[in-house]
Amino acid sequence: MSERQSSERQSSEQGSDEQGGFAVVPELSDRNRHFWQGGAKGELVFLRCQDCGSYLHPPIPICPHDQSKNVQPEAVSGRATVATYTINHHPWLPGFETPYVVAIVEIAEQTGLRLTTNLINCPLEDIHSGMAVQAVFHHIEDPNGDVWLPLFEPVPEPAPVTGTP
Amino acid sequence: MAPSVRTGARTGTGYGDAVTTGRNRAERSCAISGIGQSDVGRRLGRDPLELTLDACYGAIADAGLVPSAINGLSTYPGGMTGSKGFTGASAYEVIDAMRLEVDWFDSGIETSGQLGSVMKACMAVAAGMADHVLCFRSVWEGSAQGSGGRSSLTPGGGRNSRIYAGGFEQWWLPFGSAAPPVWFALYAQAHMDRYGTTADQLAQIALNARRNASRNPKAIYRDPMSLEDYYNSRLITTPLRLFDCDVPCDGATAVVVSRRELAADLAQPPIYIEAMGAAMHDRSNWDQLKDLARTVGADAAEQMWARTSLTPADVDVAQIYDGFSYLTMLWLEALQLCPVGESGPFVEGGTRIALDGVLPLNTAGGQLSAGRLHGYGFLHEACVQLRGEGGERQVAADPQVAVVAAGGGNTCGCLLLTTVAEV
Repeated sequence: MSERQSSERQSSEQGSDEQGGFAVVPELSDRNRHFWQGGAKGELVFLRCQDCGSYLHPPIPICPHDQSKNVQPEAVSGRATVATYTINHHPWLPGFETPYVVAIVEIAEQTGLRLTTNLINCPLEDIHSGMAVQAVFHHIEDPNGDVWLPLFEPVPEPAPVTGTP
Repeated sequence: MAPSVRTGARTGTGYGDAVTTGRNRAERSCAISGIGQSDVGRRLGRDPLELTLDACYGAIADAGLVPSAINGLSTYPGGMTGSKGFTGASAYEVIDAMRLEVDWFDSGIETSGQLGSVMKACMAVAAGMADHVLCFRSVWEGSAQGSGGRSSLTPGGGRNSRIYAGGFEQWWLPFGSAAPPVWFALYAQAHMDRYGTTADQLAQIALNARRNASRNPKAIYRDPMSLEDYYNSRLITTPLRLFDCDVPCDGATAVVVSRRELAADLAQPPIYIEAMGAAMHDRSNWDQLKDLARTVGADAAEQMWARTSLTPADVDVAQIYDGFSYLTMLWLEALQLCPVGESGPFVEGGTRIALDGVLPLNTAGGQLSAGRLHGYGFLHEACVQLRGEGGERQVAADPQVAVVAAGGGNTCGCLLLTTVAEV
């Protein structure tokens, strides 16, 4: 396999699926629409308690910490770290070229706020727990409402600092 | 944890006085009076209801009871549609097929693992709802999935179809995290990263299972397996290989949970349920656990140990779920049979967990080699060992205490079984 095949998912991240191609599409509801459609604006969006500031995932209507119903969608930075990962070799589903990387990432804004996702644009041998990643969105057109899956790719390493300003 | 008198809020560790004083320990009202198991095979091609009934009638006869004595029934998961063999018979089907007249019955999948059904039976007996509760777990995943049926989750429509994922599934299925091997591989990697657990150590769970399976005539895979064979099995999803995953099969297992006074007069020496653990103090979402290298089984185990004066050092034989090899490692830690993070060194080389080791483990071959009987296989084997009926695979030192643990992710439960009744 080439590095490219193995590290990109469906060769179409940040693009859109061809109409009618196989996909697993989240079933949209009033409770989750902000999450799955936030990517339309390039945003990773979670429900957040407006009283205590906790992000709530999966989305729930009442904050479990203070029982506030004042929970609103709010964008986060999209920065995250890889909590753990697996390089999957098994063809569970069509449309997933193996191997592909499933990861659990921890969102920068809150300890323990995690997503299961795919790591893309990353050579397999470079993947490690703790690596810094950022969200990119995979657009799926669907007659029931388009969705944008948040996938993650490595944050480019900052250029080495040389000299003094 | 002890509740605050005023608000009920948890104020510390440990469990309330209902436990420490022995009140309300439902399991002390009960004993396992009979066990039964159908034929077990990779693909038997037989009616799953027949297999289920074979196990159920077998357990009742083993206890020395007649079917009309059964007045309670409990099963996991009960009836489901489109389950691909995950359930072989519903509670209703078995009740009707056996013409049972039940005073209490229950089934369900949202419980503390497969053993949750046994715990509920204990609670029903203790509450005076039934005297003899038939508990069963039946699978026919081997036949239902056919050749290669487990290898793909493709729906009927093929490449141009769509799957709509709702509920919990929406959070992982769109990312190809499509099946339990992927979820547990993620946890296994977390454990390796945190504690330095190695693939060689993981392999010992599979190798031990195969060694023991060679002594179990009902096991599915009985040919010797070497470490090299293990590494030659294909990678499913790192770090899990094919031989880290249990083998779908057809088969059913049943036990009868009886009121303790009644069990004493039946055909078999009773197996006592010393303590049970059902707790889950963690998120029920698989990727939101407080600690990805820990299992909620640790909560169940903590509760179990709080309900008995026995300690992990008293365990003579361990029957621990191995849907994936890594789960057994995690349960060894959860059950406090080794320190947290040290399951790798504990199983290293395989000597401690062998039949003649300090902690004989999965003596029938586990689900990895004897078939995915889904939790109840371990319960059955624990009773076999405590009754001294293990034949070629019998643990020599007359085991008196067995621990049984089943499940993973958000569905974990455990039982401590003994040959001697504690008050």
